[in-house]
Amino acid sequence: MKIVVTVKLVPDTNAVKRIDPATKRLVRTGVETVINPFDEYAIEAALALKEKLGGDTTVTIFTMAAESGKEVVRKALAMGADDAVMLSDAGLEGSDVWASAYAMAQALKKIGFDLIICGALAEDGNTGGLPNALSEYLGVPALTNARHIEISDAKVKAQRETDSGYQVVTGALPMLMTVTMAVGEPRYASLKGIMGAKRKTTAVMALSELGLEKAVGTGGAKTEVVEIAARPARGKARVEEAADGPAGAKIIFDFLKERKLL
Amino acid sequence: MNFDLSDEQKAIQSLVREFAQAEVVPRAEEMDRQEAFPYDLVKQMAELGLMGLPFPEEYGGAGADTVSYALAVMELGRADASTGITMAAHVSLGATPFYLYGTKAQKEKYLIPLAQGSMLWGFGLTEPGAGSDAANVQTKAQLREGKWIINGTKAFITNSGTDISGGSTITAVTGARPEGKPEITNLIVPQDTHGFSRSRKYKKMGWRASDTRELSFVDAEVPEENVLGARGKGLQNFLTVLDGGRISVAALSVGLSMGAYDESLKYAKERQAFGKSISKFQAIQFKLVDMLSEIEHAKNMVLKAAWEKDQGRDFAMTASFAKLYSAEVSRRVVNEAVQIHGGYGFMDEYPVSRMYRDQKINEIGEGTNEVQRMIIAKMLGL
Ligand SMILES: Cc1cc2nc3c(=O)[nH]c(=O)nc-3n(C[C@H](O)[C@H](O)[C@H](O)COP(=O)(O)OP(=O)(O)OC[C@H]3O[C@@H](n4cnc5c(N)ncnc54)[C@H](O)[C@@H]3O)c2cc1C
Ligand SMILES: Cc1cc2nc3c(=O)[nH]c(=O)nc-3n(C[C@H](O)[C@H](O)[C@H](O)COP(=O)(O)OP(=O)(O)OC[C@H]3O[C@@H](n4cnc5c(N)ncnc54)[C@H](O)[C@@H]3O)c2cc1C
Repeated sequence: MKIVVTVKLVPDTNAVKRIDPATKRLVRTGVETVINPFDEYAIEAALALKEKLGGDTTVTIFTMAAESGKEVVRKALAMGADDAVMLSDAGLEGSDVWASAYAMAQALKKIGFDLIICGALAEDGNTGGLPNALSEYLGVPALTNARHIEISDAKVKAQRETDSGYQVVTGALPMLMTVTMAVGEPRYASLKGIMGAKRKTTAVMALSELGLEKAVGTGGAKTEVVEIAARPARGKARVEEAADGPAGAKIIFDFLKERKLL
Repeated sequence: MNFDLSDEQKAIQSLVREFAQAEVVPRAEEMDRQEAFPYDLVKQMAELGLMGLPFPEEYGGAGADTVSYALAVMELGRADASTGITMAAHVSLGATPFYLYGTKAQKEKYLIPLAQGSMLWGFGLTEPGAGSDAANVQTKAQLREGKWIINGTKAFITNSGTDISGGSTITAVTGARPEGKPEITNLIVPQDTHGFSRSRKYKKMGWRASDTRELSFVDAEVPEENVLGARGKGLQNFLTVLDGGRISVAALSVGLSMGAYDESLKYAKERQAFGKSISKFQAIQFKLVDMLSEIEHAKNMVLKAAWEKDQGRDFAMTASFAKLYSAEVSRRVVNEAVQIHGGYGFMDEYPVSRMYRDQKINEIGEGTNEVQRMIIAKMLGL
């Protein structure tokens, strides 16, 4: 079975993010690039499946990103993935979800897959829209927000996380899946993985190899960023005085209750 | 000249940093207080491949270089000195003698489980009456009917008595040389050897979560084949092992200093006095600058020694410089770290108080500051 994990390379999640007012795009220079944290869970889910299924199950990392991200992709290989493919092309600049998904779908068709696992959300773009668009272009079902996955005889049985609990959903391969953080804490890369990563291949694909029929990049984007505004400043905090500990606890309790957090 | 780390070195550094900050830092205070050896962390480190980091893959190691090893020890030491020394002593002192001097059979029997981290091993050089004067070995071993009969005591042996310690390799006098000097040989003594016992853990000022014990041998018997390396080369071989070990204890000193600096920088920004953050006072700024600049010097020297070793060059003098300098830097750094914390730095719940206690051994273990100076002076032909 061939599992492909889509991994987005995002600016270090702890770094302060800046939007260039001229291009209205996130400034990615001068900030360290890391694997989108949600995608580490997708990698973990794939590696756990590989361990469970054994045999000829392989895990391929796929990312649409500048070639300079190769070193970051290597971390995914060090975690235990078998190989990686990067779709890197200046012509992709300005792609929105629609155009990104189209380009990625063509690349994924070329790579081949039985199962695609995506993270639920990218820390920077934050739309959560890409996986569904991808499944549309690929013509495969999307099983979203999986928290537990079982596969046998090309049949998938998964627990799909909902606000109140989970649903049990079944389906057949090939399919695309997104996972939540409940699939399991991402493993650390191991020293052996790090030392072995240099022997694994990271292929770089260009748009010219894909025979695209639609425009990608700015030309293919259906959305346009019209304006960008900073988040409104936070209002002054509410200060409450309590007579004693229990009274203070009561105030906090009521506050949380009022907001339906308890 | 190139100061860049390779992709692997960077990846190993960031892996160990991530692991140490996430798994070790939150535990350090409690481990220190309870003197609790962290079996679960050792298991995790073994899974990551840290316990056999520099050994070849065929012997269960990860096949990384000495620079990577030094970076890994720095990151562990930055989080917790006890965890750092447990790993560093395991690799540099426990496993390395087998790697350097073991026969193929000994490597398979001992080095593989050690590199995989399923077993720990002690390095028994020091005795109650033989520390700096390591040649003054009193432990004796006599060959009788194909067996070595060992009698004597070893002091302060790291990793020698944990639940997963497999044994210790020791120096023992096995006879006399023609010129009358004692013949010193390394013997492999498995934990279950009859007549070999370990004391309770010493109560220590620092490195409290590491395992340090006295070893005692009363007619302890091991098979004749348990000689490691050539007979009569025991002291020389152990001193060579210590040359490499110096790089790792130097890295540990740098790591401890980095940890103390991290805490001080954070605290200086948070703490307010006279209506502003104390980091705005030049007196505090200068302390932080001096700390960091000394750490940077020490770190460069450690990495240079590691690099020389990787290049197959003679690294002994640089390693001694690095060990001596890093140890003394760590003393100045933890001292200023506590000073920056004021009274809170004297309190148990602030990590710098633990670091202050953990520091002192850096100037004593694996050759005191004085001994480092003696070694360097000798190399200078003095
Ligand atoms: C308002 C806005 C304006 C934008 N403008 C531009 C622009 O002008 N130019 C530009 O280049 N980009 C732009 N982007 C970013 C781009 O549209 C998104 O990066 C892309 O469409 C993916 O969407 P997302 O980041 O929201 O991913 P999500 O849908 O949140 O991601 C979900 C999952 O999809 C997968 N995934 C997402 N992106 C990738 C990828 N690149 N490679 C592999 N896997 C991936 C990951 O598994 C991820 O966890 C913009 C985004 C937004 C929200
Ligand atoms: C926590 C801990 C763990 C340890 N782990 C191990 C281990 O795993 N294996 C092992 O074999 N040993 C281990 N040791 C022992 C350590 O290496 C010795 O303690 C160290 O080498 C110093 O020896 P000593 O304690 O006998 O001090 P001494 O040699 O008695 O020194 C006392 C003082 O005299 C000074 N001095 C001695 N000789 C001279 C001289 N000629 N000129 C000037 N000054 C001199 C010393 O520098 C020191 O200041 C450990 C020690 C500790 C505390």
